[in-house]
Amino acid sequence: MTSVAARASVQEGRDRYRGLALRRIFLLAGLSFALFASVCVDMALGPANYTIAEVLRAMFDADAVSDQLRVVVWDIRMPIALMAVTVGASLSVAGAQMQTILANPLASPFTLGISAAASFGAALALVAGTALVPIAVNYMVPINAFAMAMIAALFIHFASTMRGVTVETIVLLGIALVFTFNALLSLLQYLASEQALAAVVFWTMGSLTKATWPKVAITAAVLAVTVPLFARQAWALTALRLGEDKAASFGVNVRRLRLSTMMTVSLLAAIPVSFVGTIGFIGLVGPHIARMLVGEDQRFFLPASVLCGALLLSVTSVVSKTLLPGAILPIGVITALVGVPFFFVLIFSSRRRAW
Amino acid sequence: MVAIALDDLGAAYGRRTVLSGFSTPILEGGALTAVIGPNAAGKSTLFKRIAGLIKGPGTVHLTETARGRDAVRYMPQDTGGNAVLTVYESVLLAAKQGSGWRVSDGELAEIDQILAALDLHDLAFRGLGELSGGQRQLVAIAQALVRRPEVLLMDEPTSALDLYRQIEVLAFMQRRARASGMAVLIALHDLNHALRYCDNTIVVANGAMQAAGPTSEVITAEMLREVYRVDGRVERCSRGRPVLIVDSTAT
Repeated sequence: MTSVAARASVQEGRDRYRGLALRRIFLLAGLSFALFASVCVDMALGPANYTIAEVLRAMFDADAVSDQLRVVVWDIRMPIALMAVTVGASLSVAGAQMQTILANPLASPFTLGISAAASFGAALALVAGTALVPIAVNYMVPINAFAMAMIAALFIHFASTMRGVTVETIVLLGIALVFTFNALLSLLQYLASEQALAAVVFWTMGSLTKATWPKVAITAAVLAVTVPLFARQAWALTALRLGEDKAASFGVNVRRLRLSTMMTVSLLAAIPVSFVGTIGFIGLVGPHIARMLVGEDQRFFLPASVLCGALLLSVTSVVSKTLLPGAILPIGVITALVGVPFFFVLIFSSRRRAW
Repeated sequence: MVAIALDDLGAAYGRRTVLSGFSTPILEGGALTAVIGPNAAGKSTLFKRIAGLIKGPGTVHLTETARGRDAVRYMPQDTGGNAVLTVYESVLLAAKQGSGWRVSDGELAEIDQILAALDLHDLAFRGLGELSGGQRQLVAIAQALVRRPEVLLMDEPTSALDLYRQIEVLAFMQRRARASGMAVLIALHDLNHALRYCDNTIVVANGAMQAAGPTSEVITAEMLREVYRVDGRVERCSRGRPVLIVDSTAT
């Protein structure tokens, strides 16, 4: 089957591949720059608006700016802006790997019930004052949310280890969890006092305003630990997208990879949800946008998922401050409103089939 | 040159035994061996068991290879998956399993050569989702070959190919096996292909080995009646090649 023309194309194939890889690296660099710009704008906006130049000076030469500007940027706005980055990145990577290991485009922390479980945990604290883990009562809401999110994630995880359980079953189990926890949440809301009800509703809308440096540090640390774990498995995770049999034929231990990824993803999804509440759209759409931009080679797809999720939530944070002057709208509500039009544009402009 | 022999292999899914007591004579490298049998006879399970993808009793003896089980590659029947990858990337992916992120020029050159050998170079930067079933099957062959197997287990590699491509692929695999000393086991439904291209044939029925040996001795009227429930005969065409003629289903 070898021909002269085929031999001549050998060099061309190699060069085209190198070109493709280079284009993707530029794309990742572009996303990184856009993210940096978005974070700067996010920090410039607020009750007192600053210029980007002032924000940059406060970031890189804090001694040269006024105390007020330094405090506003470093102590108030930067934790919120960076929380958007770390939470967006975490949810997007969690969604990306859930979609990868479950071979399902609808898999995300939201659709598998992890967010719903976290909401129920938070509501338990807000309505009934029940601490699932009786330590640090001041942090009862995030700890409850985290505990419930982990219970849901571990349930999915152990269900997936049972004999005969397919990826379709896992997705169905996730949907069942969503309905169960939503029903329980509604019950709590029905029984709640007016004040507690308002708190629960606000929590379930998702908000970055309670971001603090320790919370940013924790979400960043989880990302810093988990992303390299995925990166080490980049070829194996990509192979999984060719189907279980094919991946196994390449020498991938599919069962072990799926279990270890599910464990890591659980942590990655549960932590941010427990801090900022329900933000559903990022974990589902961040990976889809990344996939459309760079394909599914995890060497590009993984960083692209990180950047797309972070950028999407950062831009949303900016929009949530600018839609109604003087008010910061709940980020969970705005996320979809910002993301959906962008997502539509990508879907209709992309000639490649994403799934 | 590698050689493979199966000794009392078995496999089960839960309590359902799919393969039992499966043994073969020594199969030498450099040749094609057809694995034939009716649907659900256990051919795919046999391949998965040989490749170590499912556990079970028995032993796979491999000689004259230092790579052990790594020398054996299974090419599944399912060419599926809907990954957003180009053909080139999907072959690179197969080559790079278990190694680092960096891709050398040498590795890319090897991919280019395999794609060219299978006439896939024009499709190299097309998405997998844009390919026909037959094209996907050719990509699957490229993915299997790029891992330089010494024993290659191909599960119905020609099932989605047109007649021209079927002949091209089988002739290509025959040349490749002879040149590299690779042992190729191919699950086939077209017994004429087995007669024409395969030196040896193994017959699988009800999860057991029914017959194994040189193809001309294995594909016989008795075997057809017993295993396939058809009345047929093997005759020589005007060019002297053996041709299977099926007269009717067995009564």
